[in-house]
Amino acid sequence: MSAIEISNLSFVYSPKTPNEKQALKNINLSVEEGTFLGIVGATGSGKSTLIQHLNGLIKPQDKKRMSVVVNGMSAADRKTLKKLRFEVGMVFQYPEYQLFEDTVAKDVAFGPKNMKLEKDEIDRRVRRALEVVGLDYDKFAIRSPFDLSGGEKRRVAIAGVIAMQPKILVLDEPVAGLDPIGRKEILALVKKLQKEVSPTVIIVSHNMDDMAELADRIVALKDGEIIADGTPKRVFCNRRLIKEAGLDLPTATSLTDMLISRGVKLPNDIVTMAELARELGAALRRKLSVSASEEYEDREDFKEYDGGCGSEYDDRYEAGGCEYGEASDEGEERWDGEDENV
Amino acid sequence: MFKDVAFGQYYPVNSPVHRLDARVKLLLTILFVVSIFFIRTYFGFMLTAAVLLVTILLARLPILSVLKSVRGILLIVAITAIINLFFIKEGEVLVQSGAIVITKTGVHTTIKMVLRLVLLISGASLLSLTTTPVQLADGLESLMAPLKLVRVPVRDIAMIMSIALRFIPTLFEETNKIIAAQKARGASFDTGGLLSRVKAMLPVLIPLFVNSFRRADELAFAMDARCYNATDKRTKMKKAKLGFGDLAAVLFIAGYFTVILLERYYFPTVGINIDVAIFGGLL
Repeated sequence: MSAIEISNLSFVYSPKTPNEKQALKNINLSVEEGTFLGIVGATGSGKSTLIQHLNGLIKPQDKKRMSVVVNGMSAADRKTLKKLRFEVGMVFQYPEYQLFEDTVAKDVAFGPKNMKLEKDEIDRRVRRALEVVGLDYDKFAIRSPFDLSGGEKRRVAIAGVIAMQPKILVLDEPVAGLDPIGRKEILALVKKLQKEVSPTVIIVSHNMDDMAELADRIVALKDGEIIADGTPKRVFCNRRLIKEAGLDLPTATSLTDMLISRGVKLPNDIVTMAELARELGAALRRKLSVSASEEYEDREDFKEYDGGCGSEYDDRYEAGGCEYGEASDEGEERWDGEDENV
Repeated sequence: MFKDVAFGQYYPVNSPVHRLDARVKLLLTILFVVSIFFIRTYFGFMLTAAVLLVTILLARLPILSVLKSVRGILLIVAITAIINLFFIKEGEVLVQSGAIVITKTGVHTTIKMVLRLVLLISGASLLSLTTTPVQLADGLESLMAPLKLVRVPVRDIAMIMSIALRFIPTLFEETNKIIAAQKARGASFDTGGLLSRVKAMLPVLIPLFVNSFRRADELAFAMDARCYNATDKRTKMKKAKLGFGDLAAVLFIAGYFTVILLERYYFPTVGINIDVAIFGGLL
């Protein structure tokens, strides 16, 4: 059984008024347990409306025709609504703006308390949730959430959702407004959460680079309709479709296009930086070995790099290869942008 | 939760009334409201209703939207009507049973009071239906300009008003977001007694306040960065200009006001009972 089963879902905001707006059109979607699903789409494409159906914050407008079933519970069913909300952990955009208690521990305990758990169990879960998000319990538990830094606040907010130990974790733009280090940490955290807490993860994001790197499956929305559904490679390589959806290509893909147009021989289905680095390395090596192979044979570092990455085409990379790609390309590029803003 | 709350009732259509200068509309609305208190006769009320109807038609408003604003004061109207009907003891007695006495004067006063209130609210609502809050704030600023002479910070007051108006929709949106987020953590706002409901609102109100202060801070910085208050005289991007329509509106309402004044002060002195002349024996 799939974790999420959505059929014929449509949604209209302010129906029968001049402001009527169709947010979702006939969505059919099923998500298997253990999937890391990325939902992408331009502003106003219906992403947020869609995810709010998953825990019954928005109910299907036509109960006969449409259905949203999560772990066997209908989102339209009032009786299981609370249980549903505890099983689908929802982290909204800028979740740190929803902190309200005077200590971090109390805020994280809000969800478990609403679950009517025993006090010991609540304490245990708060401690565990804070540790999972990388905050030292003894140091942070009694601090006021309003005194923390932006990244720490966001971790506390995520911990507040994690403490309910949801089976499905839904995150809406989890890295919006964070600095590059904060982004990297939160994304690594999400990966970790999938392993340790919630096997199914759904992320809504504008950042195609992150999506290409993290997700197993991408669903692209445009004007409330699903226009693409598949692996990141399949979705992002359809350049025309991505453009139609009002999205950007992943940086690696557009960089590849530029290189190809300048005569570099590269496959046109590259979506991550690590992939690009590897392919570019291979292409360079081919070229060099033709013209002046001997000269470069002697260079140690080149050989090492070659060995670390390998030349096989595969979706998974060794950690070393991945790290290299991110640190040298992505990191530096972003920092430059940051400096200009200052 | 706040889905059905309408803030500001501006009805967006393009009409001659919508295009009028906000200052003119403000002053004319005040004149209209004042004149309603001068009315004594049914003729006066009929004339007022006619003026109102003409304005509504000119403004291309649905009558229903005007009546909606009357709905809000129905209770007050009902209470006023009952008090007037049962407590006025002068004049010819119509009904008498036990302590209840209804007189002819009482009935007349009641009808006039109800008409007065309904016309008053309808007239006032026309202003907010045809003028955006920003236009209103600008108009008020312009009208309060003379107060600058006695060192009233008119410009700041107007700025405060516009900012407050501007942020009402933002705050509503934010409230809804926070409610959704706390609901997602299992909070419920519609169960339990009064006290537990008030307590349940805390997880919404606290972040709302915190965010408002943060936003106010950011806005202040942004205004500073754009040199707000750097010069004494600030110019406006949209400068309101009086036009022909404004003149026509002034003449229209002034004419109406004159007739109402005549109805109150002149006709009685020359012995014209206009109601008897029109309605005859009906009264």
